[in-house]
Amino acid sequence: MITKLMIIIPLIAAIIVPLLHKRFKTIHIGWFVLIIPTILFVMLLRFIPLISSGRTFTHTWDWIPSYNISFTTYLDGLSLLFALLITGIGSLVVLYSIFYLSKKESLHKFYCYLLLFMTAMLGVVFSDHLLVLYFFWEFTSVSSFLLIAFWHHRKASRRGAQKSMLITVSGGVAMLIGFLMVAEMTDSFSIREIISIMPTELDHRLFMPAMIFILLGAFTKSAQFPFHIWLPDAMEAPTPVSAYLHSATMVKAGIYLVARFTPIFAMNMNWFWIVSIVGLITLFWGSFNAGKQKDLKALLAFSTVSQLGLIMSLLGIGSIVYVLGYSAETAIYTQAGFAAIFHLMNHATFKGALFMTVGIIDHEVGSRDIRRLGGLMRVMPITFTIASIGSMSMAGLPFFNGFLSKEMFFEATLAIRHLDLHYAASLFVVVAWVASVLTFVYCAIFVAQTFFGTRDLLPKDRVIHEAPKGMLIAPSILAILVVLIFIFPNFFGKYILGSTMLSIYPNMGSIQEMTPTISAWHGFNTALIMTIGVIILGSILYATRKKWSGIYGVLPEKMTFNYLYDLIVEEIQIVGKFVTDLYMTGSLRHYLIYIYLFIFLVVGGYFVKSNSFAIDFSQNAPVEWYEIILMIVMALAAVFIIFAKLRLTAVVLNGVIGLGVAIFFVLFRAPDLALTQLVVESVTTVLFLLCFSYLPEWKVEKSAKITKLINAVIAIGAGVLVVVISFTVLEYSEFKTISGFFENAYELVGGANIVNAILGDFRAFDTMLEVVVLLTAGLGVYILIKSKSKKERNNHENK
Amino acid sequence: MKINDVILRTVVQVVVFIILTIAIYLFFAGHYTPGGGFVAGLVLASAAVLLYLTYDAEKIKKGLPLDFKVVAAIGVTLALTTGVAPVFFGQPFLNMSSISVPFPLIGEKELATVMIFELGVALTVVGVVMTIILSISEGGED
Amino acid sequence: METLMVLLIGIFVSVATYLLLSKNIIRIIIGTALLSHAVHLLILTIGEVKKGDVPLLKEKPGPYTDALPQALILTAIVISFAVTAFVLVLAYRAYAKNGTDDVEEMRGDELE
Repeated sequence: MITKLMIIIPLIAAIIVPLLHKRFKTIHIGWFVLIIPTILFVMLLRFIPLISSGRTFTHTWDWIPSYNISFTTYLDGLSLLFALLITGIGSLVVLYSIFYLSKKESLHKFYCYLLLFMTAMLGVVFSDHLLVLYFFWEFTSVSSFLLIAFWHHRKASRRGAQKSMLITVSGGVAMLIGFLMVAEMTDSFSIREIISIMPTELDHRLFMPAMIFILLGAFTKSAQFPFHIWLPDAMEAPTPVSAYLHSATMVKAGIYLVARFTPIFAMNMNWFWIVSIVGLITLFWGSFNAGKQKDLKALLAFSTVSQLGLIMSLLGIGSIVYVLGYSAETAIYTQAGFAAIFHLMNHATFKGALFMTVGIIDHEVGSRDIRRLGGLMRVMPITFTIASIGSMSMAGLPFFNGFLSKEMFFEATLAIRHLDLHYAASLFVVVAWVASVLTFVYCAIFVAQTFFGTRDLLPKDRVIHEAPKGMLIAPSILAILVVLIFIFPNFFGKYILGSTMLSIYPNMGSIQEMTPTISAWHGFNTALIMTIGVIILGSILYATRKKWSGIYGVLPEKMTFNYLYDLIVEEIQIVGKFVTDLYMTGSLRHYLIYIYLFIFLVVGGYFVKSNSFAIDFSQNAPVEWYEIILMIVMALAAVFIIFAKLRLTAVVLNGVIGLGVAIFFVLFRAPDLALTQLVVESVTTVLFLLCFSYLPEWKVEKSAKITKLINAVIAIGAGVLVVVISFTVLEYSEFKTISGFFENAYELVGGANIVNAILGDFRAFDTMLEVVVLLTAGLGVYILIKSKSKKERNNHENK
Repeated sequence: MKINDVILRTVVQVVVFIILTIAIYLFFAGHYTPGGGFVAGLVLASAAVLLYLTYDAEKIKKGLPLDFKVVAAIGVTLALTTGVAPVFFGQPFLNMSSISVPFPLIGEKELATVMIFELGVALTVVGVVMTIILSISEGGED
Repeated sequence: METLMVLLIGIFVSVATYLLLSKNIIRIIIGTALLSHAVHLLILTIGEVKKGDVPLLKEKPGPYTDALPQALILTAIVISFAVTAFVLVLAYRAYAKNGTDDVEEMRGDELE
C-alpha cells in the first residue's frame, strides 16, 4: 500500500505545483517541491531493516480486471535501492535546482515534469505487472523529453529531446513486443510468476526473440552502444536534469530491467554474451570518446555512457552463475552482480556530484568549453574539492568509493579466465583495463583543464567567484557520501546491497553467503597491479595526449552512428512527404475516388469471391400503376439534375424527389416519416434558396472527357453495387426480425405509436444523441457565419 | 427584400396560427397517433420560416425576441436531464416513467417523462432550425 | 415492388455519386441530399414493405409493418437535414472567403 502511495504522491504534487506557482510569486517553488522526495526518502529508509532481513512487500489493486491487468507493486531489495536513489538523488537535485534555476524560468513546468518523472520512475521500479511496467517506462521517456526540451526556444534542445524520444521509445516498443512474447510463453504478466515459470520454457521458440527485444529496450534506455548517441544530445537539458535523469536514475532503468530479468533469461548462455559484450563495447567506446569532448557536459555524458557499460558488463558476467549453477566455486561470479549494484550506487553519488559542479561552473563562469576554462582552483576552492573527489572516484583511485567497485570489476573480469572460453576471456580483461586507462585520462582532463592553468581565455566581463552556499550543499553531501562509502563499504553492503542480491539471484544462496565483505586492501593481487598500471599509463597518456589525439579524426564523419541517425530521420521525412504527397492531393474528387474504389474492392470483391448473389422476385409485394408512374417521375427527376442548366432547376428537382419519397412513405405505411419528410423537404428547399442568394450561379462543368467518363463509371458502379447487394439482402432470411418486441409498446411504455415509442423510449439514447448532433450543427452554422477572419473584417473596413 | 403583398401577408397571418395549432396537436398526438417531438418542432419551425419569407428577419426578431441558440440549448439540456435523472432514483439511464393523472375536463390522461424528453427534442429542433435560418439571412448583412 | 424500388434506389445512388464527383460545391451538396433520400428509401425497402398495417396499436388490429426501420429513418432524416444545412453554410462561407465555388480550386495553401 505504502509503495503505491509513493507513486501517487509525486503525481498529485505535479498537479498541485503549478497552482502553487500562481499563488506564491515571491517564493521559489522548489522549496515546496523539495518536501516530496525528502518525505519519500525517509519513508523508504524505514523499510531498510525489513528488506535487508530478506522480506518483500507486495500489494495488489485490480486496475483493469477484465483484461487481467492488476496494479501490483512489489518492494524488494532491488526496487528499494532504486527507489532510494530516485528519491535521495531527487531531493538533492531539487535542492540544487532551487539555486540553479532563477525564479524567472517557468518553474511550474520544470517541477511539474520533474515530479511526473519521479512518479514514472518509481512506477517502473515498483511495478510487478509487465504492462504496467511498460506504461511507466514510456512515461519516463515522455517526461525526459519534456525536461530535455525545457529550454524549447533553443533548436539544440528540441533536437536533443526528439532524438532521445525517438531512440528510447523505439526501444520501449521493442521491449513491449518482448514482454508480450514472454507473456505468451508463460501465460502470465507478473514478473515474480514468470521467474518461477520460465525455467520450464527454455526451449520455447520465442525465448531468444523475447530476450533480444527486451534487451533492446534496456540498451536504448541505458544508452548502450550503439544507441548511446542520444545521451550526449540530451545534455541540452538544464544541468539538474542531466544530473538526475541522465546519470543517476532514468538511464539506470535499463540496468534495472536487466537485473530484474536476469533470473528469467540468464539460464541461456546468450544472455551472458550479449549483456557483457555490449556492456564492454559501451564501456570502451564511451571512455574513448569522452577524451575528445570539448564541452564539460558532453565529457560527462560519454563518461556516463562508459560507466553504464561497465555496470551492464558486470551484470552480464554475474549472470553466468545461472549457466554454471550456484556453488562455492561459482559464488565469485555472483560477486560480479554485487559489484554491478555497488558501482551503480557509487556512480550515482560521484557522477551526481560531478554534474552539479559542472552546473556550478556553467552558472558562475558562463562557459563549459574545456578549451577556454582553466585556473578555477583558486576562485572556486570548494567546487574544486568536490570535483576532484568525484573525478578520482570515477577514475577508480584509492580512498574513494569508485576504487572499491573498480577493483571488484577487475576481479570479475579476471574470474572469467577460469571459464573455458579461450582467448575471449583475456579480451574481457584487456578491454576492461584499456577502458579504465581511458577513464583515467578523461578524469584528468576534466579536473586539470578546468581548475589548473590560466584564466586568460575566460570571458572578462564577469567576476568569477565561488558558488552560493546553497548551491554547494547538494554536491557536498554527495562528495561526503563518496568518501563515506569508501570508509564503511560493508555497512552499505549489508543494509542496502545485500538484499538486492536476492532479487538478482533468487533461490540460490542466502543474503549472507552472497554479500561479499568489501575491503579496500586485499593484498598485492592482480587487480591492484592493474590499477597501478592504469595510473601510470593514464598519466603518460594524459601528458602526451596532444600527440595521439589525431586518432579521433580517423573515423570519418560519415561512419558515425550520429550521422546514420540523422540520415534515417531525414530520409524518413523526405520519403514520408513524397509518399503522402502522392495521394494527399487536396482534391476532394480524388479522396472520394479512393473511398469508392476501396468499397468496390472490399465489399464488391468479397461479394464476388463468396459468390453470394441471390435474387428472388416471388416474395415481391404487388405494384400499383400509380406507383410505377411515381417511380418513373422520380427517376427522371434524378437524371435531369445532372443536366440541369440552372441550379434552381436542380433544387426543385431534388424537392420533387423528396416529395416522391414522402409519398412512398405514405404508401409503405409510415405516416410519421411522411410528415417529417414533407416538412424537412420544404425547410431544406428554403435553405438552399437562401444560400443561393450568396453563391454564384453554377457553370456548366468543364472537365476533360476522360474525367467525366471515370466519374460516370464510378457512379454507375456504385449504383450497381447497391442494387446487387440490396437484392441479396432482400432474399437473405437467416436473421429473424426483432420488430415483434416493439409491438408490445403499449404494455411496456404506454405508447400506441410504435415509431414514437421507439424514438422516445426504446431507443431514446439515439434520439438524445441526435438532438446533440442537431445542436452541434446549429451552433456550427452560427459560428461559421458570425466568425469572420481578421482579413475579411479588414476588407470590410477598407470598403 | 421588400415585398408588398397584402394577400400573402393576410393569408400567412391566418395560416401561421393554423400551423401552430397543428404543431401543438402533433406534439401531444405522438403518443398514440402519428406525430411527436420531431415533427412538432419542425412544423413550428416551418411556421417561423413562413413568417420569415413573408416579412423579414428583423420583424421576426421583434415579434419573437428569443435567442434560438438558447432555446436549442434548453432543449438539449431537457433531453439530457430526463436521460440522466432516473440514474439518481436507482433506475437505468434514460428510463422513462409515467403516472395517470385525472384532469378536470379531458378525463384521465397519462403524464409521462417521455413528454419532457419529447419537449426537449421539439425545442431543440425549433431552436436549431431557426438559428440556422436567421444566421444565414443575417450573414450577408454585415 | 421491392425489385423496382431497389432499381430506383440504384439510379439515385448513381446520380448522387456522379454529382459528388463534380467540381461545383452546390452540385456536391445536392448529391449528398439525394444520397440521403436513396438511403432512407433503401432502409425502408429492405425492411418488409406492404406486409402489414400502420404501426399504430390503437388504430389497427395488426399485424403491423416493421416499425424499427421507420424509427431509424426518422432519426436519419433529421440528421441529414442538419448536415445539409451545415454543408450549405460551409459552402457559402468557403465562397465568401475564397471567392470560388469550385472545390478543385480550394486545395489548401500548400498545393495551390
